[in-house]
Amino acid sequence: MDLATFLIQCLNAVQYGLLLFLVASGLTLIFGIMGVINLAHGSFYMIGAYMAYALAPWVGTTLGGGFFTTLAIGLALSIVLGYLLEWGFFSFLYEREHLQQVLMTYGLILVFEELRSILVGNDVHGVAVPDWLAGSVPLGDVMTYPTYRLFISGVCIAVVFGLYIVLARTRLGMMIRAGASNREMVQAMGVNITFLYRVVFASGVALAVLAGMIAAPVSSVYPNMGGQVLIVSFVVVVIGGIGSVGGALLASLLVGLVDTFGKVFFPEAAGVLVYLLMAAILLWKPEGLFRQT
Amino acid sequence: MSGQPSGRDSRHRWQSLIPLLALLALAASVPVFGGKYYVDLAAKVMILAIFALSLELLVGQTGLVSFGHAAFFGIGAYAAALLSPQSGPASIWLLLPAALAAAGLYALAVGALSLRTRGVYFIMVTLAFAQMAYYVFHDTQLGGGSDGVYLYFRPQVDLAGVRLLDLDRPHVFYLFVLAALVLTFALLATMQRSRFGRALAGIRVNETRMRAAGFATFPYKLAAFVVAAMLAGLAGFLNALKDGYVNPEILSWHQSGAVLLMVILGGIGSLRGAVLGAVAFVGLQELYQSQALFGALARHWQLPLGLTIIALVALMPKGLIGLPAQMRARR
Repeated sequence: MDLATFLIQCLNAVQYGLLLFLVASGLTLIFGIMGVINLAHGSFYMIGAYMAYALAPWVGTTLGGGFFTTLAIGLALSIVLGYLLEWGFFSFLYEREHLQQVLMTYGLILVFEELRSILVGNDVHGVAVPDWLAGSVPLGDVMTYPTYRLFISGVCIAVVFGLYIVLARTRLGMMIRAGASNREMVQAMGVNITFLYRVVFASGVALAVLAGMIAAPVSSVYPNMGGQVLIVSFVVVVIGGIGSVGGALLASLLVGLVDTFGKVFFPEAAGVLVYLLMAAILLWKPEGLFRQT
Repeated sequence: MSGQPSGRDSRHRWQSLIPLLALLALAASVPVFGGKYYVDLAAKVMILAIFALSLELLVGQTGLVSFGHAAFFGIGAYAAALLSPQSGPASIWLLLPAALAAAGLYALAVGALSLRTRGVYFIMVTLAFAQMAYYVFHDTQLGGGSDGVYLYFRPQVDLAGVRLLDLDRPHVFYLFVLAALVLTFALLATMQRSRFGRALAGIRVNETRMRAAGFATFPYKLAAFVVAAMLAGLAGFLNALKDGYVNPEILSWHQSGAVLLMVILGGIGSLRGAVLGAVAFVGLQELYQSQALFGALARHWQLPLGLTIIALVALMPKGLIGLPAQMRARR
């Protein structure tokens, strides 16, 4: 494998890993802070992708906007969706056992999938890359790399920094980190836990939707995309340690590397490699790399 | 019930068997009265009941919530299909133990790793290992990939050259499945009352206390995991025989979710609940898929199913079996 190909695969791995991080960070925070296993988290990713597909024409004709307008509207909608979902459904899950949470969110997946089927149908769709991002960046003499994929990685890195600043440098972030390590104590110290939960949940939803929206041009929009990203996100959360955003970042990149290079070197076993990675890490650290709770 | 049953206890136990025996008689009579569709449906329910019972051993008895149980079902089914020669029937004395062993061995490997984790981690890890099995069958040519593989001849049940059962006859096969269900139920009921079962119950209630009492809990949990897997493999084996066709979707996490749902729907901690849950789940599926009732909307049957799942789990935490008690508590 020559240097240019290796570089391309590395960039692909990082891009995939960072996208995974967007989804997994929400999952790990929701579980770490609220103690809720949310199986429907993959559905938010799917909703984001379908929103990118469905909103783009409407935004183009009615509002005259482009890609970023679609993104902004999608994010705003997702925050509203997250807020309403938390208020109307997830707030009832906090006191329940994990098994009940698993099954109720599993029911939610079915509901989301069928609603999507009713509203948008079951077809596979493509989403166009905006023109100004549609080119390629040269790598060395012969190879090029799509600009849009670099854009995806760029957005994700911006999100990583944003998350870091919020979590490490703001009061809200402090409460979130405290809630992740000891929920009851935070409540006992008088923090408005309802508001905190709603913010965390809406943020998790928004992150997953954002990931779906920016990934749509690259991965296309198809019915089972939510389920696929959900399972891999679980692997990331297990490897990284529940509640740990830093762990989720490291684990996402690891999974991205293993998956991408696995597809190159062992195409038939590619689907299995990520789980072997998880098994290896669990042998070493049964509660993930950076356990929090 | 513990210790020696008193006179009243043993009479109560016989009395509680009556509905079970009635159900058994009802199940045995389906091939006599029902058409092919209902016989097939009843066989499907019974196979799923065995599957649900196997998970009940893990979830209800031992307190281990596994979200990857479909993997063992699928391995049992694939073993049956792949080990049956295309030219003629295999012997059941080889095929069935092979299917059970395949499921059990995978469970041994997966369990040894997964049981190092607890709670939520265990749920996610079992899910991931089931996905691994799914991808092995889906992506590789081992089992024909996503197209699946056919089983052309049901195995022969011969002993010393004498044909004991002809599984190719639908009524015989149906009763064979019924017998498997009864045996599984009896096995698990006996296990519940045994020392092993009591140890599992103790682990479910408070594992630390069991360890303090001197039980090495890991081998017990692993044993429960492997037995549950083998019973799931039995269900998968019967499923492969029934349909004559196996494809990777039977290992999908949707299947794992469905069987978990059956267990909680029926009521955790009750063997009868697991059977009832299987019946209720298939019933709900048939209901929502019925075009006679829902017309064109029957295509989107997963929507009412999802809403029903949410409602049932939210409103009936003790499941269907616990419904009488729940209603009594309300009054």
